[in-house]
Amino acid sequence: MPLNELRLLMPELSLLAFALAIILLDLFVKRKSLLAGIGIAGVVISAGFTIAMWGQSGVAIFGRMLAVDNFALFFKLLMLITAGLVILASLDYVSKFRRFQGEYYALVLISAVGMMLLVGASDLISIYVALELTGISLYVLVSFLKDRKSSEAGLKYLLLGAVASAILLYGMALVFGFTGRTCLMCIAEYVQGMPGAGLLNNPALLLAMVLLAAGFGFKIASFPFQMWVPDVYEGAPTPITAYLSVASKAAGFAVILRVFFVALGSPEWLSLNWGMMFAVLSAITMTVGNVVAILQTNIKRMLGYSSIAQAGYLMVGLATVGMALGTEGLGQSGLIFFLMSYAVTNLGAFIAVIAISNKINSDEIKNYTGMGKRAPLLAAALTLCLISLIGLPPTAGLIAKIYIFSGAVQNGLLWLVIVAVINSAISAFYYLRVVKVMWSGTPASEAKVPSSWALRTALGFCCFFVVLLGVIPGAFVGIAQAAAKILTGL
Amino acid sequence: MNFPYLSTIVFLPVIGLIVIALWPKPQQKTVKLTALIFTLASFVLSIAVFYFFNRSGGAIGQIQFEEKISWIPAINAFYHIGVDGLSLPLVILMTFLGVLAVLVSWNVQLRPKEYFIWLLLLETSILGVFTSLDLVLFFLFWELELIPMYFLITVWGSGRKEYSAIKYVIYTLVGSALMLAGILSIYFSTGSLNMMELAGMSAAKAVIPMAAMFFLLLTGFAIKLPVFPLHTWLPDAHTDAPTAASVILAGALLKMGGYGMIRLCVSIFPQVALQYAPLLVVLAVISVLYGAAVTLRQKDLKRLIAYSSVSHMGYVLLGVFALSQVSLTGAVLQMFSHGIITGLLFAMVGLVYDKSHERNLDNLGGLARQMPVIVVVFSIAGLASLGLPGTSGFAAEFITFVGSYSSPAVVGIQLYTILGVFGIVLTAGYILWMLQRVFYGPPLEKFSKVADANTVDKICIFSFVFAIMLVGIYPAILTNVIKMGVEPIARLVGF
Repeated sequence: MPLNELRLLMPELSLLAFALAIILLDLFVKRKSLLAGIGIAGVVISAGFTIAMWGQSGVAIFGRMLAVDNFALFFKLLMLITAGLVILASLDYVSKFRRFQGEYYALVLISAVGMMLLVGASDLISIYVALELTGISLYVLVSFLKDRKSSEAGLKYLLLGAVASAILLYGMALVFGFTGRTCLMCIAEYVQGMPGAGLLNNPALLLAMVLLAAGFGFKIASFPFQMWVPDVYEGAPTPITAYLSVASKAAGFAVILRVFFVALGSPEWLSLNWGMMFAVLSAITMTVGNVVAILQTNIKRMLGYSSIAQAGYLMVGLATVGMALGTEGLGQSGLIFFLMSYAVTNLGAFIAVIAISNKINSDEIKNYTGMGKRAPLLAAALTLCLISLIGLPPTAGLIAKIYIFSGAVQNGLLWLVIVAVINSAISAFYYLRVVKVMWSGTPASEAKVPSSWALRTALGFCCFFVVLLGVIPGAFVGIAQAAAKILTGL
Repeated sequence: MNFPYLSTIVFLPVIGLIVIALWPKPQQKTVKLTALIFTLASFVLSIAVFYFFNRSGGAIGQIQFEEKISWIPAINAFYHIGVDGLSLPLVILMTFLGVLAVLVSWNVQLRPKEYFIWLLLLETSILGVFTSLDLVLFFLFWELELIPMYFLITVWGSGRKEYSAIKYVIYTLVGSALMLAGILSIYFSTGSLNMMELAGMSAAKAVIPMAAMFFLLLTGFAIKLPVFPLHTWLPDAHTDAPTAASVILAGALLKMGGYGMIRLCVSIFPQVALQYAPLLVVLAVISVLYGAAVTLRQKDLKRLIAYSSVSHMGYVLLGVFALSQVSLTGAVLQMFSHGIITGLLFAMVGLVYDKSHERNLDNLGGLARQMPVIVVVFSIAGLASLGLPGTSGFAAEFITFVGSYSSPAVVGIQLYTILGVFGIVLTAGYILWMLQRVFYGPPLEKFSKVADANTVDKICIFSFVFAIMLVGIYPAILTNVIKMGVEPIARLVGF
């Protein structure tokens, strides 16, 4: 194994080393917050390695098992930032479970390693392995509270995740069956030279495409695989909910984009077909998410459904990539910019919810009444993030929507954009309901809601970027465009 | 002339709100004075811009005080602002109302810090809409207005405030949602987001039919103006909003709709506008007559003024889609005039309610004795609203009617204009009836201790009266400017 290629794996390796170090040190260290510090250090060092590689032309390593391109590096950085913020947000929360704090931080890092491998994976086998590494650590994390709801959530996540993996594996087996290859670029080569045009002439390809989309659809919680979301989000420890809703979802989108763009990006009839498939799924996903979110009274469930709706908007980007006939257009960069904006916004919202709910011991929206008086800064931050989720200025959400929708209009998906923008209008109803109870009701008690420095730092970071991306998005759009360079050639 | 006058005007309120937000535990007085200083500075600067505005023939159709910086290069969006004859009057209207809205709110006791933060943000967003020359920037400011308005109504409103606020937001969002689809279609059909470039430009490859883009945009503006049958958010929002928010809502916010119609619908799609003008003129007449008829039946003083706005904005729609230079001038002047007249009417309603704690017409009466100043000013505002000569209302409506009557754009427009003029009769009916029921009749025992306007109130309402009289007596002060903006647009249509 050439050492040269290992060097390109430094971000993952260093993070893994820190994860193992945490497990070992856990045996000796009394002050468990120190372990969080080590976790953060690992994230920072790994991020350093990642940034150092940015901008170089992409290469495939380990016999085309992994790709190291701007696209993968960007997503690795996104995973790392998310993991770092989740660790910061967990500092208070972990007091809920006295034991196994070390394992908690270590598992967060290991799942991050899994996702970092996943976003770079360019072979069906490495994709599957990375997916399982991520999944298994997340199953454990979801059930970490060990109470009834958390255990139920963990079990549900595990069972449905296993079914999804099986479906995915079946799809992969089919692809291997008729192409004889597992590496994405090799599959692309075969598919382009396939005899006979049209999906109906290639039923195996059609079935494989649908099964792959279904297997990955579970990860991003697209319709009809969104059922697990509310229960798992409600039961899991809130920082892990945030982690699932951002990192896991982003990794899912990254791998879908890579598989479909690289392996099934051409010929034309193929990409048009999966583009349209994602367009239809996108319209249904966002509508289901938004309509059901209106009925929720628990803020974690509401944010769960809201994240389904957001996944729907994100899929507009996938559809655009398909309709753009395999060119590098606004679809990829729109999707990436939207993910950036969604990551900081949704993390911000969840961190504010952690800060508030931890102190008032409730996730019910009605108990947020008068929070504007009890914790003005937290309430203001949550308001800002909710406004960004609606897609109103001056926040990242608006620019992200304009950007991702512009690509769709360019590629003839105006109908989808109209569905999406009407959906945004509907979503205002439930997001603003939270805003309303926070600012206009009289609180049940006058007691202030204090928050720790770690939470405030993480929240401040998110809010800063929510506004920055909304007011001067130019530089970040530039990053998104650079990150849209996916390694396709051999 | 490198000083960014317009940016300063637009963002002074934001600087004010930052000062207020960062001020640790400010006194109420400090907050109000800060808000007043920053809105006043913005107003003074906008007057300076009005004074230095180039009115020579060579500047017709030219953007002045232009600023342009690259903003989102990926989609070719610029931070691009400027004013022409069409937008300048509306900018002045907003900065003027901004100052007066602060004065109107002088008695706000509930969480004044937050209140003024939202009020100032509202002013910036509306100024941004009137000055933006880039479609994405325009859209950003257009949406920015929602959040402050939502908070002002939900927290400081009255009655069914939460219902009204969310209704307002959803209506506007649906409209702006379609507008965004329209803006993106325009961008990908022409490759440009620059409003001035787009005026009269032909689409290289229209992604959807031009008429579809026209109506996507128009729906957003029609909700805002509002046009029958999309007006039902308006009475609720106006009635339940706090006084200052009603003043700005009726005074400046509705004008975003009229402005958008002229700036985008008519100038980008002149031929489509011409084709569908008959439909829109009919809707205008329905808005005028239906609005006025419903107004006659109102029992709540504030709701009455709110419905009268539906009727009066019908004249704007009539003027816009009569599509001639004179009618467009009339429409813009009517927007300005309605802004100050209805602004004053809402301020007066707020005063009457503040002093008497009563808004129901059945329970009011005989207030003239206790409120000599208020009764005079209220009457002036009412008479201006029904278009008495010497007030801005007369000048604006007269020009609109002359323009639309003589317009060649729509067959049979004379009939529609005459029907529209009949709206004035109805206006006279509800205004005079309202004045009579509030102020005249036998004095009521329960109002014997009611006070008249205080000094701050007087400064505020006399400023309104001054503006109404100034434009009424010398309308050319504005029409000279407006003409410079609408002439090229009328030329695009072919008149």
